[in-house]
Amino acid sequence: MKTFVDKVLAQAEFQPARLLEVLRAVQAEFRHIPEPAIELIAVGLQIPRTQIIAVAEFYSFLHLAPQGRYELYIADSITDRMLGNQQVLEALAARLQVAVGGVRGDGLVSLNRTACTGMCDQGPAGLVNGYPLPRLTPAKIDALAALIEKQVPLNAWPTEMFRVEEPICRPDLLLNQAFVNGAAIQASFARGLAETLAELDASHLRGRGGAGFKTALKWRSCAQQAATPRYVICNADEGEPGTFKDRMLLDLYPDQVFEGMTVCAAIIGSNHGLIYLRAEYLFLRDKLLAVLQARREQGLLGQAILGRDGFDFDIEIRMGAGAYICGEASAQIESLEGKPGIPRTKPPNSVVCGYQRKPTVVDNVETFFAATHIAIQGGQWFAAVGTPQSTGTKLLSISGDCQRPGIYEYPFGTPVRTILQECGAEDVMGVQVGGPSGTFISNRELDRVVAFEDLSTAGSFMVFNRSRNLFAIAQNFTDFFAHESCGFCTPCRVGTSLLKNQLAKIADGLGAAEDLTELSALCEVVKNNSHCGLGESAANPILTTLLSYPELYLQQLQYQEFAPAFDLDATLAAARRLAQREDPAAHLNQVEN
Amino acid sequence: MSGTLTIDGKTIPFAAGQSVIEAARCAGIYIPHLCHKPGYAPHGSCKLCTVFVNGRKTSACTYPAAADQNVVSDTPELQQDRLRLTQMLFVEGNHFCPSCEKSGNCQLQGVAYHLRMLDNHYPHFYPQRQVDASHPDILLDHNRCIFCNLCVRASRDHDGKNVFAIAGRGINKRLIVNSASGQLKDSDISIDDQATQVCPTGAILVKRTGYQVPIGERWYDRQPISELALGKEDSHER
Ligand code: SF4
Ligand code: SF4
Ligand code: FES
Repeated sequence: MKTFVDKVLAQAEFQPARLLEVLRAVQAEFRHIPEPAIELIAVGLQIPRTQIIAVAEFYSFLHLAPQGRYELYIADSITDRMLGNQQVLEALAARLQVAVGGVRGDGLVSLNRTACTGMCDQGPAGLVNGYPLPRLTPAKIDALAALIEKQVPLNAWPTEMFRVEEPICRPDLLLNQAFVNGAAIQASFARGLAETLAELDASHLRGRGGAGFKTALKWRSCAQQAATPRYVICNADEGEPGTFKDRMLLDLYPDQVFEGMTVCAAIIGSNHGLIYLRAEYLFLRDKLLAVLQARREQGLLGQAILGRDGFDFDIEIRMGAGAYICGEASAQIESLEGKPGIPRTKPPNSVVCGYQRKPTVVDNVETFFAATHIAIQGGQWFAAVGTPQSTGTKLLSISGDCQRPGIYEYPFGTPVRTILQECGAEDVMGVQVGGPSGTFISNRELDRVVAFEDLSTAGSFMVFNRSRNLFAIAQNFTDFFAHESCGFCTPCRVGTSLLKNQLAKIADGLGAAEDLTELSALCEVVKNNSHCGLGESAANPILTTLLSYPELYLQQLQYQEFAPAFDLDATLAAARRLAQREDPAAHLNQVEN
Repeated sequence: MSGTLTIDGKTIPFAAGQSVIEAARCAGIYIPHLCHKPGYAPHGSCKLCTVFVNGRKTSACTYPAAADQNVVSDTPELQQDRLRLTQMLFVEGNHFCPSCEKSGNCQLQGVAYHLRMLDNHYPHFYPQRQVDASHPDILLDHNRCIFCNLCVRASRDHDGKNVFAIAGRGINKRLIVNSASGQLKDSDISIDDQATQVCPTGAILVKRTGYQVPIGERWYDRQPISELALGKEDSHER
């Protein structure tokens, strides 16, 4: 073990910031983080062992107890459920003789659920040792089980099993643009960096990660910071269930994303770029490394880029390890520094005090992709499309009840109705716009438009038809937040679990009018007091479904007044057993009627 | 930078580098808090100190005081939210106040008195948590931990030791100890450490000191936390 850990530590150049990378390697080798490794890493990186345990317990794909040599995860997002993930889990459990959530006795295989694999358009999906298993069918499950039983190494499995499709159903302004490597860097140099920033300003581009901060403003204020070095971070931790457009961009348009980062580096004066890739996109890593290498050979990365003296910039890929919260910029920075992904307190903002406490721009994959084309075509070209507050186009990842799930590019301002028509959605009950943290809209609101002015979204569009159960949707999302809360602050740490239990009480038909009032009040406490966006939006699934379909919630109530959260009589069973009584007086009625 | 700001309509001075809560404390205004302590790096996790600064909600303990800020703290709505957050802390752990030797000196209890908390309101989680009684002088009862991070900061920043850390996420958060066994007796904590004194609840206790002052004569038995916290919080240690 020592030899292995030493090798891994050396590869990480003994940098504590690269702890996640070290732990990922150890996990891949030993299927968990063994106790002796904790000691070796603590000494090697000169960090307290508690930091290693804290990190291992924080990220879903790291474990302190051994997992199977074939580590299976099945996606549990609502669309995967609608596509039959439960049958997949049951079939796998039966075929492989392993319990869901357990490890088989011989240690060969473990089977777990995971929140989202980034393949909501091709579910039911899963992961094996970090690699994607899209569209799991009964035939594929048989094949997979056979490969595992025969202990065939992953690299000898048919590549077909891992093939992720990138269905681009509707390209528009950006996806249709021709592109030659280096064009955006060249255009920026020719025009001048200050002028390029002015074009970006004129484009009114706003961050595509959801919050919608003006990109030019962020880059400018970072450029104005006195401190150096400065960093460019590409946030590729696309964790919002139902969103997979960054996956497509990195898969099909990686040069255009890297080029946007390079233009940003030139403008803010940075030498070092990082791309934080979500764990579920491990399959893209080798491909992206090759693209980076090719760009170095083309003089688009490295020293004196395109012959310009003094402009040195390179990009490093860092993998996440399964934590939705790491999509939040400051949590991502903490993660990049080798810590649990807990959002920092603001001020100061990351632009002032980011990675390694230095000025940092963190932008989403799609933002850099758009910036590349703005650098070439100019701001006006982009600003001419969309609405006044939301210029340009937006990539949408559409999944759920529609004939053509996939990626769509629409000018901002497009009504939901149009989008639903084009993706072939019929008999719609509602749409979850922007993933669990976004908004549920009912079929009475389909004239609303995708734009920062109305429905802002990072790009997730989940469609539900009228056969779906509203509570199943709200519960899936609420459980998701309870699972993904980082636990830093009281309202979210405790509140999301309370929300989960309170909603379950109502959904299980045990609710009374009082419970609904309590649920709404709890939503407000969590929303209004949480530290970051996760807690602020954790109540949205309940609040927005309640707003769209209040009658469904009311129908679900069992009692008008009060209903206890537990079965009073059942809890007395142990006492009855001890007292050896079964007479009527030893029983209690649940509610006096 | 120094100057004045207003809090609940009252104009108060602030000094450079002060947070809103510190400026308020120095001016004799109590903003409820649990994870904050004068002299410690701000943390901002309990959220009891949530106030409006110029109309925006934020934590008073992490927000820098600045000239002409308009801070709103003492409103029925904010106090109600503070009550709910305190109740959340009570149901998250296992707090048997009548039998806790910290009773009367516990800040969680003191804040609950201040907010007129009469019940726990939320259903209990009844988590299974351990007691670490391994150390000869110091007791660690995980049942009462509210994850305020004060012991972590005390050990790291004041004792230079890193004895404590908080691991896990969501409702599975837990306090961990820096030793191979995970037990306090194998860590390098000492009875003189600030980390043994700083816990606002009864999670970290010094053994054999419990009933030297009888219950009924302790800090918050005699004086409300709103008064005590202003004057003597620095000396909240035994
Ligand atoms: S709101 Fe939730 S995710 Fe955000 S800091 Fe608080 S506990 Fe962590
Ligand atoms: S043990 Fe005490 S000081 Fe430490 S985090 Fe828990 S409540 Fe805070
Ligand atoms: S005292 Fe400010 S958040 Fe705890």
